[in-house]
Amino acid sequence: MSYIYLENVQKSFAGQPVLKDVCLSIEKGEFVAIVGFSGTGKSTLLNLMAGLVMPDEGKVLFDQREVTGPGPERGVVFQNYSLLPWMSVYENVRLGVDAVFREWGDEERDRHTRKYIEMVNLTPALRKRPSELSGGMRQRVSVARALAMNPQTLLMDEPLGALDALTRSTLQDEIGEIWQKEKKTVVLITNDVDEGILLADRVIPLLPGENGATLHEGVRIDLERPRDRKQINHNPRFQELRKRIFQILREIGKSTTPAEDQDRDRGLPRIDPVHQRLSLSDRIRRFRNAHVIATEN
Amino acid sequence: MSAKVIQVLDKTGFGMFVPLVRLITWDEPAQQLKEMGKTYGLPILGITVFVLVWGLIAPRIQTSIGALPGPGEVWSAAKSLYAEHQAEKLREKEYYQQQALRKAKWEARFPEKPFPFQPYAGKPTYPNYILTSLYTVFTGFVIGASLAIPLGIICGMSKAIYIALNPLIQTFKPVSPLAWLPIATLVISAMMSGPNPPVEKSFLISAVVVALCSLWPTLINTALGVASIEKDHLNVARVLRLSPWKTVTKIVIPSSLPLIFTGLRLSLGVGWMVLIAAEMLAQNPGLGKFVWDMFQNGSSQTLAMILVAVITIGLIGFALDRIMVTLQKLFSYSGSVAAQ
Repeated sequence: MSYIYLENVQKSFAGQPVLKDVCLSIEKGEFVAIVGFSGTGKSTLLNLMAGLVMPDEGKVLFDQREVTGPGPERGVVFQNYSLLPWMSVYENVRLGVDAVFREWGDEERDRHTRKYIEMVNLTPALRKRPSELSGGMRQRVSVARALAMNPQTLLMDEPLGALDALTRSTLQDEIGEIWQKEKKTVVLITNDVDEGILLADRVIPLLPGENGATLHEGVRIDLERPRDRKQINHNPRFQELRKRIFQILREIGKSTTPAEDQDRDRGLPRIDPVHQRLSLSDRIRRFRNAHVIATEN
Repeated sequence: MSAKVIQVLDKTGFGMFVPLVRLITWDEPAQQLKEMGKTYGLPILGITVFVLVWGLIAPRIQTSIGALPGPGEVWSAAKSLYAEHQAEKLREKEYYQQQALRKAKWEARFPEKPFPFQPYAGKPTYPNYILTSLYTVFTGFVIGASLAIPLGIICGMSKAIYIALNPLIQTFKPVSPLAWLPIATLVISAMMSGPNPPVEKSFLISAVVVALCSLWPTLINTALGVASIEKDHLNVARVLRLSPWKTVTKIVIPSSLPLIFTGLRLSLGVGWMVLIAAEMLAQNPGLGKFVWDMFQNGSSQTLAMILVAVITIGLIGFALDRIMVTLQKLFSYSGSVAAQ
């Protein structure tokens, strides 16, 4: 029996079709990566599973019950971290713990909060505010907050999209390790095919179409675990899988590209920089800082 | 150490003292002197020019009770107000000394009867007027804010309620305190018809008028702050399944705090401005009544006294604004967005 189940889901925003006939079935404990072009509705798909968005048509089931809203059994790691800037690392994680484990005492909640902060190696930054942390550290807090609620499923929306390559690979390894340890069902939205292959049991390309994107049937990643990022690159099976996924994405890229552009290799998923969203005051401060530095030089 | 002091000054809105601290710690003294010349020298120059121009022009403007007073006359008026206050304090002290003597005698003669204590009933002096004004504006401000902040949060959370209330807000916002005053007077007088009211009627009328005129900026800014919360933060609340109360206290209020404080700061400014007019008409013994009384008695000192009050009102308004800036910076998670 599938754990997360989407049946003929349709979704459009302001008359613009985003998803069409999306069917998906994920088993308990499975790690699924959904890869695709930017702006094809990957985040919408995740928000549907999270219960933040309702489908126009079709059904979203979680553990055989219809999803009617967000719930603590589905932890979400947002694309832009979504940490609360007025709270410390501890308080951000603790907020979720307090909301979920209402029957626990103060000491138990405290121990639990600290355990998950330790799991993402942020104990030294316990009292720091998000503005004092690097992008990678912020994302770790976001992961810790989601995990500390002890969800059965972890839904991650391009969690590493905004990070530099080095931090990205470190966090990929951490996510892999945490999954091994916690054995949660994980849905990872990503635009990085290699990331999907490295981490997931199944990579499902999201294919854009005129009436909204649809899901490909998916490619099973039958590589041995634990997967080592250094060795995997030389693994012929890895290269084969990689080629196949790119081919699926490229096919669809061709079919939606105007004829004169067909020679140009536009089929690859484009990685757009995903900038962290800043509040107005942060933007003003950033501007001021930039200005001050410029005049001082 | 000095780095910490500078950081605190910056965070509390006292950045103007940073060059002084750095000069004391001998951190690039030449640079600091230049900086101080700019931050302190220019304002001092501005004030000096103003005082000179004032001194030149004022004697040429004749009124029915003499020329407008120049800086010198205003200064001596301020000194005479202070002297009056000192004399009054001395009289009060003497009165209580006398009373203590009488009390001793009384207790010797009638040990079983309690001494009929009489508090000193002297006339209020200038500092009393200032304190009354501050107390009144603060009361009005608190009444206004305690209505405006919850209402603003409700308006910010529900677009429907905001649309419903917006025409009312926009209509009542520009109403002058002088228009509210008769209504407030009649309503409060009717409500407090008993012989021994718990507070002075004139005080309550002034405070209510201050509240009515000053609550709007807080209301509008709170609503704006709440309505412009980042959607991601509200999604966090939904995913974490926070209760409505926790969503408001942990997410809505902290994230709109900078704008709430901007509103409070504007409100306090409006309230202080409105207060003087309200006190004049309601005869609340604050700075407004002081100005009115001086205007009525029309002595040769009148204009100088009123100018002392004008400068006092301005300086206190300035100080209140700085206090609000400091509070705003202390309570907001990010630097101030508000215009200076």
